[in-house]
Amino acid sequence: MLSFLPHIVLPPTPALFAQLLIGLINGAFYAMLSLGLAVIFGMLNIINFTHGAQYMLGAFCAWLALHYLGIGYWPSLILAPLVVAAAGILLERLFLRHIYRLDHLYGLLLTFGLALIIEGVFRQYYGSSGQPYSIPSSLDGARDLGFMFLPNYRAWVILASLAACFGTWFLIERTRLGAYLRAATENPTLVQAFGVNVPRIVTLTYGFGAGLAAFAGVLAAPIYQVSPLMGSNIIVVVFAVVVIGGMGSILGAVASGFVLGVIEGLTKVFYPEASNTVIFVVMAIVLLVKPAGFFGRTA
Amino acid sequence: MMQGKTFLTAAAMVALGAVSALAQSAGPVKIGVLNDMSSLYADIGGKGSVVAAEMAVDDAGPVLGAKALIVSADHQNKPDIGSSIARQWYDQDGVDAITDVPTSSVALAVNEVAREKKRIALFTGPASSDLTGPKCNAYAAAWVYDTYSLAHVTGSAVVRSGGDTWFFITADYAFGHALERDTADVVKAAGGTVLGDVQVPLNTADFSSYLLQAQASKAKIIGLANAGGDTINSIKQGAEFGIAEGGQKFAALLVFITDVNSLGLKAAQGLQLTSPFYWDQNDETRAFSKRFADKVGHPPTFDQAGVYSAVTHYLKAVKAAGTKDPDKVMAEMRALPINDFMTKNGKLREDGRVIRDMYLFEVKKPAESKAPWDYYKLIQTVPGDQAYRPLDKGDCPLVKKG
Repeated sequence: MLSFLPHIVLPPTPALFAQLLIGLINGAFYAMLSLGLAVIFGMLNIINFTHGAQYMLGAFCAWLALHYLGIGYWPSLILAPLVVAAAGILLERLFLRHIYRLDHLYGLLLTFGLALIIEGVFRQYYGSSGQPYSIPSSLDGARDLGFMFLPNYRAWVILASLAACFGTWFLIERTRLGAYLRAATENPTLVQAFGVNVPRIVTLTYGFGAGLAAFAGVLAAPIYQVSPLMGSNIIVVVFAVVVIGGMGSILGAVASGFVLGVIEGLTKVFYPEASNTVIFVVMAIVLLVKPAGFFGRTA
Repeated sequence: MMQGKTFLTAAAMVALGAVSALAQSAGPVKIGVLNDMSSLYADIGGKGSVVAAEMAVDDAGPVLGAKALIVSADHQNKPDIGSSIARQWYDQDGVDAITDVPTSSVALAVNEVAREKKRIALFTGPASSDLTGPKCNAYAAAWVYDTYSLAHVTGSAVVRSGGDTWFFITADYAFGHALERDTADVVKAAGGTVLGDVQVPLNTADFSSYLLQAQASKAKIIGLANAGGDTINSIKQGAEFGIAEGGQKFAALLVFITDVNSLGLKAAQGLQLTSPFYWDQNDETRAFSKRFADKVGHPPTFDQAGVYSAVTHYLKAVKAAGTKDPDKVMAEMRALPINDFMTKNGKLREDGRVIRDMYLFEVKKPAESKAPWDYYKLIQTVPGDQAYRPLDKGDCPLVKKG
């Protein structure tokens, strides 16, 4: 069938299923991170380059809590996002709120600089190889699905990520709070006139976005090493995902996160050498054909 | 007026430049530590290598009448950045020798700069055996290890214990390719077969897709031709995907002690690895490692120990030659036997290869480890002439065929 491509050998169908599933799991991380970025960009107009650092901070909070306080995985899954969200709120109050009226570039430079500082500090103290974090014992082990050996923890990652994505979408698109939020984005002065505290909503939104990144970080801790570099490694890919989905679109961020995870997964089978570039190739094509992204609003 | 001032400033800068150019030939010996300071290989060399170089300088005392100087830079694992720093160091900053240089692709680029400028490069970080093979250079030395010795010591041990079918997970650049090639040669020579391989981009976070491919191959041994964070993630995720339960075993071909520390003994136990040095081998290695740990916080990797060894021998050769002239210093380095805490009667060969003993270690079980960083037990000592490629087999143009 594919004889015109001599090097590519189709794996048997079960193996392909397994690779699709793996792609979905990686897509779950892209989806959660690009979701937070999209929420922050949509509501605050800030391109949040600190997102990768916040993801790393989430993982480190979990590791520090376990290492120094003996707090395990499950409490950390709630606590770490809260801590990072609080730090995010502080960051918003101290720095970000001064630059909302300025060009995007200022926000980008500020958050990028902060990310470099945070990562630099952690690298200084904890090195680059990362710290080990074990899978919680209740999710240890794996089950044989017939076509693959699926670690229980990875299955949990998909479920948790879907729940987080759906919850965020529901909160913003289907609740009264979400309605205020969307209205405040469209016309802050008018919404303020109705007695809604717009700056507080904006601050909480940033905190929520940062907390979401930290949640993804805790989920990632047992799979990868808890490493100061984990954020900067993933953030560039996540930005490409957001651009493909359309800046500011929640549905676009989630859908393109999962789809690109699968595309990347398939590339790892058919042409692994290109696996870390394929997303950028897709991004270039999307920008040529649909510059606002798949679900983006055109300005 | 303004223009006149600008002109004066420019003239002053030119004059200063001339002074510093003069200073290069006469001033103290200057050694540049070039490595990954910020990414996945930073714990292997990084700032620890700078500390090791400074220790060597302190221990050597005055050389040619003054204490040697150390400069350092981050090559970010990019060959273009590494070679432009090397060019600037040799041309403008008066650096006499560059050391460390992990990441074979960067080292191969720096090697060409050293050849062109006829300046010295002391490689402790890079593994590719091509540096002393087809790409060998009269001004370079490969100090502590290479892909050939890793392949021969670890690879032979694995095949001997029954691991005769292999699947490689390989870092897709010069180092990974050389390590896979050299190991595949060992496997085939011993009657084993290579069932497949997958080339993975450097600094990959998720190896699960590649691990599934390795499982599907049904090979007994999954050879990891990668390093640092890539090796750590492969092994950690391999445990998650039940590699051991499926009857397969990892052969990690390049493991640093910082990798073992990062993995934890629970995940790393039983791994066999090749290393030219372990901190807890004898009184001398322990004494050096304690001094190093007091400054850095943990014992040295073999790369960092190698930087000390290379800089020490280089300074010894400069003293013996009485000059910084690269040709004379290289001649002394070849003539003098290499002796320090990690090297016993080592020899720098004409192809740039330092011949030293290599050790096959096994990572201890958690119960066997009595103290922090108590990780390895010695399985076998392989004499240098058996661990390294014979001089006439490397296709090095510097070696006269006869």
